[in-house]
Amino acid sequence: MEKRVLFRSAWLPWALIAPQMAVILVFFFWPASQALMQSLQQEDAFGTSTVFVGLENFRELFNDQAYLDSFKVTALFSVLVAGFGIALSLMLAIFADRILRGGLVYKTFLIIPYAVAPAIAGVLWVFMFSPSIGIVAYALGLLGYDWNHLLNSGHALTLIIVAAVWKQISYNFLFFLAGLQSIPKALIEAAAIDGAGPLRRFISIQFPLLSPTTFFLLVINIVYAFFDTFAIVHATTEGGPGRDTAILVYKVWHDGFRALDLGGSAAQSVVLMAIVIVLTVIQFRYVEKKVQY
Amino acid sequence: MVERRPAVTLLSHLVLLLGILIVAFPIYLAFIASTHTRDEIVQVPMPVTPGTQMIENYTAALTGTAETQGSKAAVGRMMWVSLVTALVIAIGKIAISLLSAFAIVYFRFPFKKIVFWMIFVTLMLPVEVRILPTYKVLSDLNMLNTYAGLTIPLIASATATFLFRQFFLSVPDELVEAARIDGAGPMRFFKDILVPLSQTSIAALFVIQFIYGWNQYLWPLLATTTEDMYPVVIGIKRMIASGDAANDWNIIMATAILALLPPALVVVLMQRWFVKGLVDTEK
Repeated sequence: MEKRVLFRSAWLPWALIAPQMAVILVFFFWPASQALMQSLQQEDAFGTSTVFVGLENFRELFNDQAYLDSFKVTALFSVLVAGFGIALSLMLAIFADRILRGGLVYKTFLIIPYAVAPAIAGVLWVFMFSPSIGIVAYALGLLGYDWNHLLNSGHALTLIIVAAVWKQISYNFLFFLAGLQSIPKALIEAAAIDGAGPLRRFISIQFPLLSPTTFFLLVINIVYAFFDTFAIVHATTEGGPGRDTAILVYKVWHDGFRALDLGGSAAQSVVLMAIVIVLTVIQFRYVEKKVQY
Repeated sequence: MVERRPAVTLLSHLVLLLGILIVAFPIYLAFIASTHTRDEIVQVPMPVTPGTQMIENYTAALTGTAETQGSKAAVGRMMWVSLVTALVIAIGKIAISLLSAFAIVYFRFPFKKIVFWMIFVTLMLPVEVRILPTYKVLSDLNMLNTYAGLTIPLIASATATFLFRQFFLSVPDELVEAARIDGAGPMRFFKDILVPLSQTSIAALFVIQFIYGWNQYLWPLLATTTEDMYPVVIGIKRMIASGDAANDWNIIMATAILALLPPALVVVLMQRWFVKGLVDTEK
C-alpha cells in the first residue's frame, strides 16, 4: 500500500511528523506506561511511599464484589444500549429508505442528537424523569408506576440506558441508511419481479447485505457504551443508587479521583485497555475480511 | 421504492414522524422549561407551551446572575471556553494529521513502520483508560486550568491521520509526477495540490472534531478546577445541586439549550459533508 512515487528528503518527513509524535509521546505513551506501572504498585494516599506488589492489585480487583458488580452492570448496560440502539435505528433507517419526499427534513431532525453532548442528554432525561417534577415520571405515575430512579436501581439503569440510546440513534441511523442505499437497486428489483413483498425482500436481501454494517455498529456501540457514557452516568445517577449504576469507566474515575485508590484505579484502567484492544482487533480483523468480499 | 404501496409509504411517514417526536421531545421540553419561571415548572405536570420568561432566563444564565442552589458560573464565559476548546481541538487535530499523513504516505524514511504503528495504537485507547497518569503529566507540566491542558491531550488520537492517509493513498500518482516535472518540491505539492483536494475530508472532520471537542466531559472534569475554565457541559452538571426539586430547572434548561445550539448548528449547516465524511471514514 505504498505510493509508487515518493519524495526524497532526509529531514522533511521527520519535521512533518514531529508535532504528532510529540503530542502522542507526552500525552499518550508516557501516561499509558505510567498506568501500567501504577497498576503493579500500591501507593499510600499521600504518595510518600510506593511498593511494587506485582499482580496483587489485579487479584484484589477480581475478588472485590463491588468490581464484579460493576462488570456485570457494564455488560448488561452495553448489551441493552447496543441492542436497542441498533434495533431502533435500523427500523428508522428502513422506513427512511423507502420514502421519496421529505427525506432531508427527517434526516436533519434525526441527526440532531449526535450534536448533543452525552452530559446534556443525561441532564435532559433526568429532568423528564425527575421523581418529583419530571413530566415523564408524572405520566408514569398516572399509569400506576411509581418512578423513582434515586431509590430504585432498575429505574436508574433504565434512565441511563434511555439517555444513552437516544444519543446514539443518529449515528446508527446514518450508517444504516448509507448501508441500505448502497445496496444495488437491481437486486431489489429482481426480487420484486420474482414476487417478493417488502418484508420478504428485507429478510432475504437487505438484512444479510447489511450484516457488515450491523457488526461494525455493534462493536462501535459497545465501545460507546463502555466509555462515552461516563458523562451520562456522572450527570444523572452518579453511579447510584448506592453503587448500582457504577459502570466500569465511572468506577475507574471514582476510585482514582474520589477514593484515591491509585493502584486499584490503575489496575482497572489496564483491564479496560485490554477490553478495548480486544474489541478493536476483532473489529479490524472482521472489517478487513469483509473488504475482500 | 420498487412498487407503489401507499399503505406502506404512509406507515413509513408515520414511523419517521414518531421517531422525530421521540428524538425532539426532550429538546422541545427543555426549551419550554427555559421559558418559564422556576415555580411554574415545579408544579406537576409542567406546562407544555412556551412561557413568558425567555429573555430573563437566558440573560440570567449567560451572565451568571441566577439565584440557583448549585453553581452560579456565567454561562457566557463557559460557552466561550467550550468554543475555544472545540476550535483548537478541531483545527489542531486536522493540521497535525495532515502533516503526519503526508509524511507517511509520500516519504520513505527509517523507522517508518514503527512510527505508523505508534500512531495506530493511539486509536485503540481512548482517554478514559489513561485518566490518572495523563492528569499527573498535566499537573507536572503546570498545564491545569489552561486552554492548552484542555486541548492538547485530546489531539493525541489518530483518527484524522488515518482518514487523511486513506484519502492520500487514493490520489493518483500522476499528480505527483506532474508536480515534480514542473519543478515543485514536496511542500509545494502539499500546499497547492493535496490540501485543496482534501477539502471534503477536512470539512467532514471539522464537524466531527468540533462536536467531539465541544462535548468533552471526563477530560475537562479532571483538567480544570476553577470555575472560569469550565466548558459549558461541565457547568451544567454542576448547576444541579443534589436532591432534585430544589434546582432552578428553568435556568438549567436554558443553559442546556445554549449548550447544544453551537454543535447542532454546525451539524445542520454542514450536514452533507458531515454525513459523507462520517460514513466514509469509519469504513
